[in-house]
Amino acid sequence: MRHSDQTKVERAARALRWNIVQMVGPNQKGHLGGSLSIADVVAALYFSKMRHDPENPSWPDRDRFILSKGHVALVQYAALAECGYFSKREFSKLKTLGGMLQGHPDIKSTPGIEANTGSLGQGLSIACGMAAGLKMDGRPSRVYCVLGDGEIAEGQIWEAALAASHYKLDNLVAVLDRNCLQAMGSIVNRFNTNPVVEKWQAFGWHVVEVDGNDVAAVLRALDDLDLVTGKPKILIACTVKGAGLPFAENNVAFHNGSMTTEQFEMARQLFCAEAAVS
Amino acid sequence: MNVQNLRETYGRTLVELGAENPNIVVLEGDLGKSTMSCYFEEAFPNRYFEMGIAEANMTSFAGGLSLTGKIPFTNSFAAFAAGRAYDQIRQGLCLPNLNVKIVGSSAGLSDYGDGSTHQTVEDIAIMRAIPNLTVLVPSDAIETRKMVRAMAAHHGPVYMRVTRTDLPDVFPEDQDFVIGKPYLIRDGKDVVVFANGAMVSKALEAADLAIANNLSIRVVNVSSLKPVDEMALRDLAQGMRGIVTAEEHSVIGGLASIITYVFRKSGLPIECVGIEDRFGQSAENVEVLFEEYGLTSKHIVDAATSVAGAGA
Repeated sequence: MRHSDQTKVERAARALRWNIVQMVGPNQKGHLGGSLSIADVVAALYFSKMRHDPENPSWPDRDRFILSKGHVALVQYAALAECGYFSKREFSKLKTLGGMLQGHPDIKSTPGIEANTGSLGQGLSIACGMAAGLKMDGRPSRVYCVLGDGEIAEGQIWEAALAASHYKLDNLVAVLDRNCLQAMGSIVNRFNTNPVVEKWQAFGWHVVEVDGNDVAAVLRALDDLDLVTGKPKILIACTVKGAGLPFAENNVAFHNGSMTTEQFEMARQLFCAEAAVS
Repeated sequence: MNVQNLRETYGRTLVELGAENPNIVVLEGDLGKSTMSCYFEEAFPNRYFEMGIAEANMTSFAGGLSLTGKIPFTNSFAAFAAGRAYDQIRQGLCLPNLNVKIVGSSAGLSDYGDGSTHQTVEDIAIMRAIPNLTVLVPSDAIETRKMVRAMAAHHGPVYMRVTRTDLPDVFPEDQDFVIGKPYLIRDGKDVVVFANGAMVSKALEAADLAIANNLSIRVVNVSSLKPVDEMALRDLAQGMRGIVTAEEHSVIGGLASIITYVFRKSGLPIECVGIEDRFGQSAENVEVLFEEYGLTSKHIVDAATSVAGAGA
């Protein structure tokens, strides 16, 4: 079943992927794998689901996006630039001295960033606090928080999961980027955080599993989550690490890897032709 | 001399602030009857968050609340507030300079019964080293009340360490508290003792004792450990023959480090009264610990006598 924003979001996702690839460039290391795996969800949030205004980043009633897996800042930078929070000219200054785009998300450096993340495991707690504050003020805002499946080995994630459930933060939606690969290899072999559905259910969350690289499915699932009240919600987004780049898909070397010049050109051909979002 | 409990004053002041400012919110790590955040819970249950025994989450959660315009005060024992949640303070609060107040209770050796796990000899050192963080240690209940109000008025992250011990009033009731300022508590002409927390009253005792030795001690309360007005510290040492620091903390990274750094080119002799590089332990009362760790008025007099001789 198609979603009314499907075409727009699919085009945005391609644009995000090209932005990500451009930011890293050929023969440079970057967190390509985890940025690409979650690109469809991030596109769905920024180009359909979230209420936000690039002209007014501090609009009090905006929805918030917290990238708890802060090492994939590339995907958030890609989305923010595509939305118009800042110029794509900043891409070439990624991780350079005085540049707007730091190695990890930084409120003080980049318009549109909502929290400093990068030390894994903390973003969900920040998102919980935000959700609680917004609820206290009676604001309609929702808080979306993207987690990595390697990241959920951090104990603080489960402290936050308990708190969200205790305080019935139904304006909070976590998204678990379940690409099944952590930095050093497969989750199952290196440090098994499965089963995830049962864990989140046991912590009192409403859990939905979805193909996280299927834009229509993600959009429908995000819409459905709006109807669930009284508890926090998590979308388990089953994704492919490196999604969209055949040479990077399910390839742990691209957790923080570099493309050859040929691979970069292949990416350009895949994403660039119709990248611009109307 | 009037003796008061600082935690009690802290808890009551939070309630005052809560009545004045609806953005004040309080988070607690299941120690509300020790930290005395329980008063705020009673007064404003809808602005009070019991966070369970999960200090890391409490700290980051407070960061999230501050990003919606709240002014959160987090509460736990200093050992956990500063120790267990160090990374959350560093990454989530201080990097973005968020408006969160961290209150480390039962600090120093004051939780004498619980012993080394619950005592802090290093919290000030850890907190001072984090950029953007303001670090404060009140000397008595009067200063606690003024300090808590100043913390709430200041925009940015603040760490305040509060002792469990009842302390005599030393801070003038009519004196404003300004973050960064050291306060002259008692004048003297031979040796200046820069002290904070419980050691300010110990330094006053030392000043009384030293009269018998013909030694005049000036007592300065350095309750702001960061920022601290270095020029004011230098002015307060003018004409002195020597300097003594006195703190209920390791001599590494706290007041001793500040003063030796500020006066490194002064040529003045300096002695440091503080905890040598070791952990605390259980004891029958806090005075026994102060004796064991060299934190009595007698130790201050000895240090002052030593620097006065050296600088004569």
